[in-house]
Amino acid sequence: MSVIAFYILTVLCIFSALMVVFSKKPVHSVLYTIFCFFNIAGHFLLLNAQFLAIVHIIVYAGAIMVLFLFTIMFLNLNAEVEPHKSNLLKVAAVVCGGLLLLILVSCLKGAENIPVNPMLDTQMGMVKNLGMVLYNEYMLPFEMLSILFLSAMVGAVLLGKKETK
Amino acid sequence: MELFDLLIKLALVVAVFTIALVIAMYSTYAERKVAAFLQDRLGPNRAGPYGILQPLADGGKMFMKEEIIPSKADTFLFILGPCIAMMTACMTGVVIPWGNTLIIDGKAYIMQVTDINVGILFAFAVVSIGVYGIMIGGWASNNKYSLLGAIRASSQMISYELAMGFSIIALIMTTGSLSLRDIVEQQSGFHWNFLYQPLGCLLFIICAFAETNRAPFDLPECETELVGGYHTEYSSMKLGFYLFAEYINMFISAAIISALFFGGYNFPFLDKIDAPHNVITLIGTAIFFAKIIFFIFFFMWVRWTLPRFRYDQLMHLGWYVLLPISILNVLVTGAVTLFRNGQFHF
Repeated sequence: MSVIAFYILTVLCIFSALMVVFSKKPVHSVLYTIFCFFNIAGHFLLLNAQFLAIVHIIVYAGAIMVLFLFTIMFLNLNAEVEPHKSNLLKVAAVVCGGLLLLILVSCLKGAENIPVNPMLDTQMGMVKNLGMVLYNEYMLPFEMLSILFLSAMVGAVLLGKKETK
Repeated sequence: MELFDLLIKLALVVAVFTIALVIAMYSTYAERKVAAFLQDRLGPNRAGPYGILQPLADGGKMFMKEEIIPSKADTFLFILGPCIAMMTACMTGVVIPWGNTLIIDGKAYIMQVTDINVGILFAFAVVSIGVYGIMIGGWASNNKYSLLGAIRASSQMISYELAMGFSIIALIMTTGSLSLRDIVEQQSGFHWNFLYQPLGCLLFIICAFAETNRAPFDLPECETELVGGYHTEYSSMKLGFYLFAEYINMFISAAIISALFFGGYNFPFLDKIDAPHNVITLIGTAIFFAKIIFFIFFFMWVRWTLPRFRYDQLMHLGWYVLLPISILNVLVTGAVTLFRNGQFHF
């Protein structure tokens, strides 16, 4: 049952990820991205990580992508008005994408040899266990991340602020 | 036996769905009656006694109207918009505990479709994706007024979600659980959360008004500036879905407000009543619905009393007033919780 669900989610996920790149209209790309996020949330649910799944939807689908869609609608980007990219840019994009692919492949090359740990707790994804791990074992990195976010926010506000003359 | 369990769940799902639709249907009637009452008019009184059949007449009219899809519109997204609005409106009802347990053949059945341990976050997630219905519909109409309505809706949602999230965080700090059922059960008797979280409760109610696009925050459909707002181009039942989704959202928000802050199905002197368990459960559910109907009335009361905000006032209220107050509320709640647990050393 969960295997079938896994394959359905995976096919939908890859399809929507490809459609993000292939759609002509920017708004469609954003909507496919959101659909892709929902599929990833489904994968989290299959791993019994309910908290992560819901937070994934709240943060990515519910907040970040709303802002994306907001910006694209605000600028009213359409297929007709989209400027043609120069060939140099296209070549650069292909090279960058290829490099990313190379890194991903080299990272995941040995992944199929890693044995599944049967001792792993299936309740690991529950919010209580996750909180315990985050605030005990990974306390310092977690707090550092929040400071990083804060500094990014302060930077964004500083950039967005009008200069007073 | 397992089939019976499944049938009970199915019956609950159908019941929740039907009740949500019926209450939303009669909210449209109630809204007009309340408006009439507050403005010293009669309101609808032609269809049936006291106009009680008015929602059916309205629904019939919506179905019969001509369906118009603008030729420059993005057809698929134009249809998808109201679908998403309606679907997300109906989804939240599954995590709300409608009552205590019912005992059938010595086995307890909870009157809730599902009790997931992140229930409150689920409700929050569904509310946060609900805005896509408005955004997609507004954009796909290919109309400047619709687009403005959609943009207003999204920025309003984002702004008020923050304060709402912080008020929920403060509540979770006092209850220690994310499950809506646990939160309701902790409020047995008269330990209702609004006594412990008065500020959080007020913030949550204000944000609920903004999230459901109700007056005084109904700027996405501000008819004096934007014709009809995001649904300017919609007609027939698609328009009906948008309007109907708003009323379902109102019902669900009223249910969540009464479950989180006003005791849910609990009522004072619960233990004084000498009655079978099932009867008490049913009384509790009836009281829960009484609370919900009061809050729906409250939504309407505010709509026909307060004038609409200006857009900059709305943003100012969200970012400069509600957000700092809600952060302060979280800080104070955290400090008090630590102090009461004896973990706070000066």
